[in-house]
Amino acid sequence: MLKLIVAFAVLLPGAAAAQGMGAADARHLLNRTGFDARLEEIDVFARFSRREGVERLLAGAGGAARTPAPGWVKEWSDPRRYRQMDAESRRLFVREQVERGLELKGWWLAEMVGTDSPLTERMTLFWHNHFTSGLQKVRSPALMYRQNVLLRRHALGNFAELLHAASKDPAMLVYLDAATNRRGQPNENFAREVMELFTLGEGKYGEGDIREAARAFTGWSIDPATGEYVFRRGLHDEAEKTVLGRSGSLRGEDVLDILLAQPAAAEFVAAKLWREFVSPQPEPDGVARVATVFRASGYDIRSALRALLMTEAFWAQENRAALIKSPVELVAGTLRQFEIGFGDPLPFVLLLRTLGQDILSPPNVKGWPGGEAWINSTTLLARKQFLDRVFRVEETRMAMQRPAAREKMAALKPDARRFMQALADLQFSARDWQRPFEGREAMVPVVLLAAAPAGSPSGEGMDYVRALLADPVYQLK
Amino acid sequence: MERRDFLAASVAAIVLPGVALANPAGYRRLLVLVELKGGNDGLNTVVPYADDAYHRLRPRIALRPDEVLQLDRRTGLHPALKPLMPLWEARELAIVQGVGYPVPNLSHFRSIEIWDTASNSDQYLMQGWLARAFAGRPVPAQFATDGIAVGGSDMGPLAGSGARAIALTDPAAFLRQAKLANPVGNARNSALSHILKVEADIAQAASRLDAGTQFRTEFPRGPFGNAVRVAAQLAANPAGVAAIRLSLGGFDTHQNQPNVHQRLLGELAEGLAALKAALLEADRWDSTLVMTYAEFGRRPQENNSNGTDHGTAAAHFIAGGRVKGGLYGEAPHLADLDGGNLRHAVDFRSLYATALERWWGVPGAKVLNGRFAPLDVLRA
Repeated sequence: MLKLIVAFAVLLPGAAAAQGMGAADARHLLNRTGFDARLEEIDVFARFSRREGVERLLAGAGGAARTPAPGWVKEWSDPRRYRQMDAESRRLFVREQVERGLELKGWWLAEMVGTDSPLTERMTLFWHNHFTSGLQKVRSPALMYRQNVLLRRHALGNFAELLHAASKDPAMLVYLDAATNRRGQPNENFAREVMELFTLGEGKYGEGDIREAARAFTGWSIDPATGEYVFRRGLHDEAEKTVLGRSGSLRGEDVLDILLAQPAAAEFVAAKLWREFVSPQPEPDGVARVATVFRASGYDIRSALRALLMTEAFWAQENRAALIKSPVELVAGTLRQFEIGFGDPLPFVLLLRTLGQDILSPPNVKGWPGGEAWINSTTLLARKQFLDRVFRVEETRMAMQRPAAREKMAALKPDARRFMQALADLQFSARDWQRPFEGREAMVPVVLLAAAPAGSPSGEGMDYVRALLADPVYQLK
Repeated sequence: MERRDFLAASVAAIVLPGVALANPAGYRRLLVLVELKGGNDGLNTVVPYADDAYHRLRPRIALRPDEVLQLDRRTGLHPALKPLMPLWEARELAIVQGVGYPVPNLSHFRSIEIWDTASNSDQYLMQGWLARAFAGRPVPAQFATDGIAVGGSDMGPLAGSGARAIALTDPAAFLRQAKLANPVGNARNSALSHILKVEADIAQAASRLDAGTQFRTEFPRGPFGNAVRVAAQLAANPAGVAAIRLSLGGFDTHQNQPNVHQRLLGELAEGLAALKAALLEADRWDSTLVMTYAEFGRRPQENNSNGTDHGTAAAHFIAGGRVKGGLYGEAPHLADLDGGNLRHAVDFRSLYATALERWWGVPGAKVLNGRFAPLDVLRA
């Protein structure tokens, strides 16, 4: 316990290194905007001022994934072909799509663990939970891949461009029923969600606005031959509409611009960013300031993040360890922190589902509610079991090399065997992880926990590390 | 509520205080909720087999009069529900027809949220209705826990602060894993406070739970049969638990309904029959109330895929040693549909009020945000 008190005392802001923000602030910045930072990353950022640190993060973010995508992502299967298949071909096709879906989830998780810019992945996930689409309904992993690439490309770009692009994204068109929205028989699904969930929030528009906007979006469709967006003039309602007081022969693009012109749009997104990065209860004044910057910049997402990360509230001691890690943050963060080597990501993809965040398959268009809803007795025990097991990689491998275990494994169904094999292939070296801490053992709890532990973790070496991970505070960021 | 109803309710509460409040048994009486996930087709469960409109609306999937288990001259049960007939004949099975709510929502997610939180259709509540009940009238501290969700991790009516609740699939596995719970230290913010609460719920349940009872009853094979076994073991646990929630999934029968529905109702009926047998062994059948629920029923008109789409009101079952068996609510008015869907006859919150007021003796109005008349389905 003494060692902890000393460690946290050394890191109080006043005692931090002369120019830089110090290790505690660096850890906070990196973990809030990424996945569990390692000691060497914290050391680099500790020397920067807060502003330098924020600028450095923002400058390094955005762009494309570095993990090679599965080979099939460019394939497109015309749905008309599916309709002509016999029952057996259909079964095989559906099975292939399900496997590809799992592969795609594994690809994204691998990117989150391997990326040089965790902020890019955090923002991609943020937009995935904002411009929600899910495999359950979209069904095509190829379309979900394209959407993921789009969200990453715009992750720190311009929100207005992102809104336009995400609205015409084929996965979104499927997810929110664009196909059945046509002149004379509008489907209001997209028109409602674009106002309620993507831009303004509930109560900032009327049911009439939704009805009129739905007509403006008629004609937005997908070309079945390519899976690309196409505008079908013949299905579009050309007549006059009125949305939020603006009238004309509006098209979908016009409606998006009308929504973007509402001050509520910047405030809505700013408040959501606040809950993601700062605290569970947004401060109205702080949100208003971020929203003003966001709007003035013409919806530049980097500008909004810069303003957000430089608010006093972001750095305030009372907001440290005030947010619950999402399953993705817990799993990707732990894998990154301890440099757990894995080949087949399947066990972690399934783990995310157990923990309540099945990436690319959100529960519904509202996305994951997050916060305290992440934790109930089942998900908490599953989190703890993961943390308990992740250090037993060696034990597992030894156990699985025994003849009896090998026989058992040979008898498993292919899926179960693949799962067990993936577990047996995990790599972790406690010694490598501990090396940077030699002579700096007091940094162990500082790196691993967002605040002093709730309990009194004790022990030596890896036993101490395991005790820290079992502490409730490890669930916080 | 009409002013007249309100007055009647107030008068009843003053004149007959016992009706609304007193119940010495309290939470020693167990409530078992069975969720039929996906939205069960009420019309093919409790079948208006003598109604021509029923056969007209469902030319392909309607059940014939000679197939159903006839309860009276117009109402019959799906043949797969045969294992429930002994309960019906023992008059321990109440069937409530037309359960729903005003301005129904046809989205799975939203509608189950309405049921789980006992909200109005246009009202967003965070806390499950059982969690609200337990927060207002606490369950005795020596109970293992207030409520247990068996199978799956969504807490449904037990979600939210205020109640002690756990989810488990296999008690032995839960007890093993529970050693990882670490309910130590002081809360410094609401996030940590929530985690510590869940850690404490796990630790307390694990320290008190003795769910190893072995029954002579044979439980059906499969996940639902297992869940029923676990529920019986939890019911027999001497430390006590006030509510258990089971779920049976797959009722979203848009396609090929007859086969799927047959299998699901069979699982349900065999499971409930086994539950009764096991609870009789444990001497808990008379102190257990079983209730089904679902986000909605299904559209009276069959669709083009040999199935049914999302609908509104449906029939639900209430069973137990103290239940007054029979038909309650109203048979479906198939000639008077609302936009193709059934109008509800009984608000689902009346079922909840029955559990709260008549079973536990907990005032319902505060939990349910309004007065809903309990059903007269229980023996004294």
